[in-house]
Amino acid sequence: MSKVYLALQDNDDSRYIVEAIIEDNQEATVINQPAMIRIESTGELVVRRSTVEEKIGRDWDVQELHLSLITLGGNVDEDEDQLRLSWNV
Amino acid sequence: MVAKKLNLKDKYRALTRDLDWDYDYSDRKKAFPYEEFEGIKITDWSKWEDPFRLTMDAYWKYQAEKEKKLYAIFDAFSQNNGHLNVTDARYVNAIKVFLTGVSPLEYQAFQGYAHVGRQFGGAGARVACQMQSIDELRHVQTQVHAMSHYNKFFDGFQDWTHMHDRVWYLSVPKSFFDDARSAGPFEFLIAISFSFEYVLTNLLFVPFMSGAAHNGDMATCTFGFSAQSDEARHMTLGLEIIKFLLEQHEDNVPIVQKWIDKWFWRGTRLLAIVAMMMDYMLPNKVMSWKEAWEVYFEDAGGALFKDLARYGIRMPKFVETTAKEKEHISHQAWWIFYTHGHAAGFHTWIPSDEELDWLSEKYPDTFDKYYRPRWELAKEMEARGERFYTKALPQLCTTCQIPMGFTEMDNPTQIAYRSSDYEGEKYHFCSDGCKHIFDQEPEKYVQSWLPVHQIYQGNCGGANVEEVLRDYYKMNLGEDNMDFKGSSDEKRWNEWKRKGVA
Ligand SMILES: [Fe+2]
Ligand SMILES: [Fe+2]
Ligand SMILES: [Zn+2]
Repeated sequence: MSKVYLALQDNDDSRYIVEAIIEDNQEATVINQPAMIRIESTGELVVRRSTVEEKIGRDWDVQELHLSLITLGGNVDEDEDQLRLSWNV
Repeated sequence: MVAKKLNLKDKYRALTRDLDWDYDYSDRKKAFPYEEFEGIKITDWSKWEDPFRLTMDAYWKYQAEKEKKLYAIFDAFSQNNGHLNVTDARYVNAIKVFLTGVSPLEYQAFQGYAHVGRQFGGAGARVACQMQSIDELRHVQTQVHAMSHYNKFFDGFQDWTHMHDRVWYLSVPKSFFDDARSAGPFEFLIAISFSFEYVLTNLLFVPFMSGAAHNGDMATCTFGFSAQSDEARHMTLGLEIIKFLLEQHEDNVPIVQKWIDKWFWRGTRLLAIVAMMMDYMLPNKVMSWKEAWEVYFEDAGGALFKDLARYGIRMPKFVETTAKEKEHISHQAWWIFYTHGHAAGFHTWIPSDEELDWLSEKYPDTFDKYYRPRWELAKEMEARGERFYTKALPQLCTTCQIPMGFTEMDNPTQIAYRSSDYEGEKYHFCSDGCKHIFDQEPEKYVQSWLPVHQIYQGNCGGANVEEVLRDYYKMNLGEDNMDFKGSSDEKRWNEWKRKGVA
């Protein structure tokens, strides 16, 4: 199974987003590098609005992810409630 | 009564479908004259979908927020004399390469997307290209702003657009984009959106920018990551484009494969410069070029091509060569610049003993065997006061325009030479990949503006190298070029550190 991944700038918002991702994706691995955080997983990775809102303590639009996102790998499927990364293999 | 708020999908549909129009009084083909000549068949433009479904209002809102954050950091960086906090002044030379070699490509990308954004019949594609075009303009602007701070304190930043158009090694990145922009609109998208943005830019912007942070350069790291936050969108577009073309018609598959083969190889050659920046120009190391290649091409690209196999797409041609090149390419590229350091617009140097040890550790199969002995020899010569500069002008590869200094990968002591005959002339190449690209379109590449040929033909002013460098390239000789040791950059840096300026 191929890995999907995303990388975020190491900033205040990202901390909560990463917490949410870990909670929703048990398989995910978090790798800290200078000024950035890389999260990878086999198969798929989901960023869920409701979980991020719970962690960050305010309304959070999935498109706000663009402010912290550095790069990603995988097919993107996004709507109001979540962003999902996957490979069709 | 308040109207119901549109959801993301409806908003995106309103932008990309409902704003489009039919051509009743003029000929649609005349409105989109470049859409068919490459042989690509589009049956239904409405299948084009941006997975982020970004609408103009959201676009401006988030881009404005990115800019505010970025400029706050630039201000803090310059108010705090951020240039004094970088690891050492050698590092700044990587930024000179960036400004002269990469930032002008952002401008070329802006122009390229503005052009193709006009040429596609589908409104979704036009909107995506328009946004990307504006993004790329933002990238060049923010990079110039960030690096203008360094221009106040270091040599080599003064004439970057002029240099980009003329200097021998800068013709490598310049010709890459010239090649893409002079192709048809679909090839441009495969070249830039797919091969460059999706497959390769991660290698420039992610580990290198993380490296900038690791070397105390927050301004560069932040413009890099801020640009890359747009790249995440550009990459996704690159992947959607390729899937869209492959799904539209099976006749598109071989055309797209041919472009992937070409632009993957063009891209790997361009990245030789990034390879040497990572292994030799960052005093504090994050990861080796080889490791970056494994994570961002072999793993990430491997997953991508497995995903595309269902359309009949295979890995790019010559990919097996790159698996060998990752062990060699950064060392060979830095050696080319070290030996031509008198003709470069930035400083070069022999790695410190600590850095040589790091390279030995990261490249256990090749560094001690092939490259360390060269640097030991260079050290001996330097100690004798005979720092080596080659006198000859190098022969250039007609396709990638890099000096012919790369070796056979199975015999790293033998320089690789390939050639093709076309209409009674002989053309030279650095590799099978570059020869293959030429052989597919010789009528295009015979027109290459090869800097060394141009010097010999007398088209670059000046009767000798010094005059060309000084008058045609506008380098400040004795300041911008030569070894870092003994440079004005080094003297000023030591002076600042001695005075404890902070
Ligand atoms: Fe860009
Ligand atoms: Fe881009
Ligand atoms: Zn070449």
